[in-house]
Amino acid sequence: MFSVRIHGRGGQGAVTAAEMLSVAAFREGRHAQAFPTFGSERTGAPVVSFCRMDDSPIRLREPITEPDAVIVQDPTLLHQVDVFGGLRPDGHVLLNTSRSAAELGLDDLLAVLGADRLVSVPATDLAREHLGRPLPNAALLGGFAALTGQVSLESVLAAIRARFHGPTGEGNAAAAAATYAMVAEQRRSRADA
Amino acid sequence: MREQIEGSQAVARTVARCRPEVIAAYPISPQTHIVEGLSDLVRTGELDRCEYLMVESEFGALSACIGASAAGARTYTATSSQGLLFMAEALFNASGLGLPIVMTVANRAIGAPINIWNDHSDAMAMRDSGWIQLYAESNQEAADLHVQAFRLAERLSVPVMVCMDGFILTHAFEPVDLPSQEQVDDYLPAFTPQQALDPDDPVTIGAMVGPEAFTEVKYLMHAKQVQALDEIPRLADAFAEQFGRASGGLVRGYRTEDAETVVVGLGSMRGTLEVVIDALRDRGERVGVLGITCFRPWPKDEVREALRNARRVVVVEKAFAVGAGGIVGQNVRLALQGLPVEVYDVVAGLGGRPVTVASIGGLLDDVLAERLDPLRLHFLGLDAGLVERELLRSRGVDRPGPHAEHMLRDLGTVASRPV
Repeated sequence: MFSVRIHGRGGQGAVTAAEMLSVAAFREGRHAQAFPTFGSERTGAPVVSFCRMDDSPIRLREPITEPDAVIVQDPTLLHQVDVFGGLRPDGHVLLNTSRSAAELGLDDLLAVLGADRLVSVPATDLAREHLGRPLPNAALLGGFAALTGQVSLESVLAAIRARFHGPTGEGNAAAAAATYAMVAEQRRSRADA
Repeated sequence: MREQIEGSQAVARTVARCRPEVIAAYPISPQTHIVEGLSDLVRTGELDRCEYLMVESEFGALSACIGASAAGARTYTATSSQGLLFMAEALFNASGLGLPIVMTVANRAIGAPINIWNDHSDAMAMRDSGWIQLYAESNQEAADLHVQAFRLAERLSVPVMVCMDGFILTHAFEPVDLPSQEQVDDYLPAFTPQQALDPDDPVTIGAMVGPEAFTEVKYLMHAKQVQALDEIPRLADAFAEQFGRASGGLVRGYRTEDAETVVVGLGSMRGTLEVVIDALRDRGERVGVLGITCFRPWPKDEVREALRNARRVVVVEKAFAVGAGGIVGQNVRLALQGLPVEVYDVVAGLGGRPVTVASIGGLLDDVLAERLDPLRLHFLGLDAGLVERELLRSRGVDRPGPHAEHMLRDLGTVASRPV
């Protein structure tokens, strides 16, 4: 079982991201489950969504408290929400920011995970460039694919296009591909260094 | 075809394949996605020969369904929580008139205090309204139960509620093998109403019945529900044969054969119970799960048969009778009358509190170690400190004010806490 927790703000598409991630895993023949935290969400308020992937049917339905990966769609949440709560020591973190983990004061987490598993990527900028709107949710799924290898970029793009049609689908897919390339490049250059 | 799909959409598309002719509904969370999905299917023509009525309230919704069903139309609606309570009077009319309406209840707590999250208070409050109540374990079962529900309702001329946990199932994306149109058409015959308002062949439906026959009419209602106890397993068997998967039925046991301790539960918590039971089995404990799919009518004999060799039965339920105790628990005790079995009543998952592997695991550890008093009603994960502080605060004060708001203030903001 691989468990993903997505932290965002109402309007950033955290719920849709978890759903698309589950579709990507499903396309690869895996069992997947996505669900939101349930409540009367408001635009801008902290929102959490979840995705589980497994090779056998998933019977659990509780919120994910010990994630294998955390995606943070908005770095300002770091000061408000315990986004890394329960993260497994061998886990992965994908932050939507142009700043590094060190610049964000995440040295302790960096020491545990290492730079290879704690990755920043400016997904909002990439979404603005490719989609024309500052919505980072689909873009970050490309980064997730590169970071964890749990799903392929191809499956992520197919899931995005299944959810969003026409220019919105293509823009989101392009943003996801760009994010994938950027995270993959970061990891490659660290491996070379 | 197997799809990764939201529970609500899976239900909407499956209901559409049951070819309802009238849908009347009013939106309420967490049910809304279902009727939104259906209204889209009607609008696009994918579901044709169907009248979709957007009414002014839940009372209006079920009243319109009653009229449509009495006119001989296959009729469907869906609701949740306060919406179901707002239908209360019409629920009894639908069942009393013997109208085969099918309704999805996306289970949600009842206020006050207002709470939009999942538990079973809504359906349990209406458990004696004369509707058959089926509880889905997963979105696959939720979809499948609707196909069976129309056939069951129309065969017996009784309304059927399909209960699925609000948000936990309705808003979850998971794989569902959606029944195809051909499969549903093969399984579900065209609706032949047992009674219909027809200007060419006029009858009266809903006449006043006095003391001379009221008891007998009610007796027949009861007899028909009891008849459903034979019909439901037959329909589930026919479904399994045609669709190649088990869905529905009255009760479903998991590793109960030699179990000394059996946990009983309804709805989506069943998967969690199974995970805990597997872990305990690995430790050598003789434990099992009995899932109740059909709560009304109450399958007394089947429950008794499934639990007859158990020493302890732990009933975990998402509702309770205030001032009395467990609801499912009372029914289980009735089924076990005369057997040397200890029954524990445990209330869990109220108002959206997650039922977790940790909380159920801790509960069963307590039961197995005989640390739990079977004579008391237990509230899983109760924050006793919060209750005690509130009681202390309000003690000896002339006007202590509302409890709920004071307890919220005590907890402080929870929005930013980790899940």
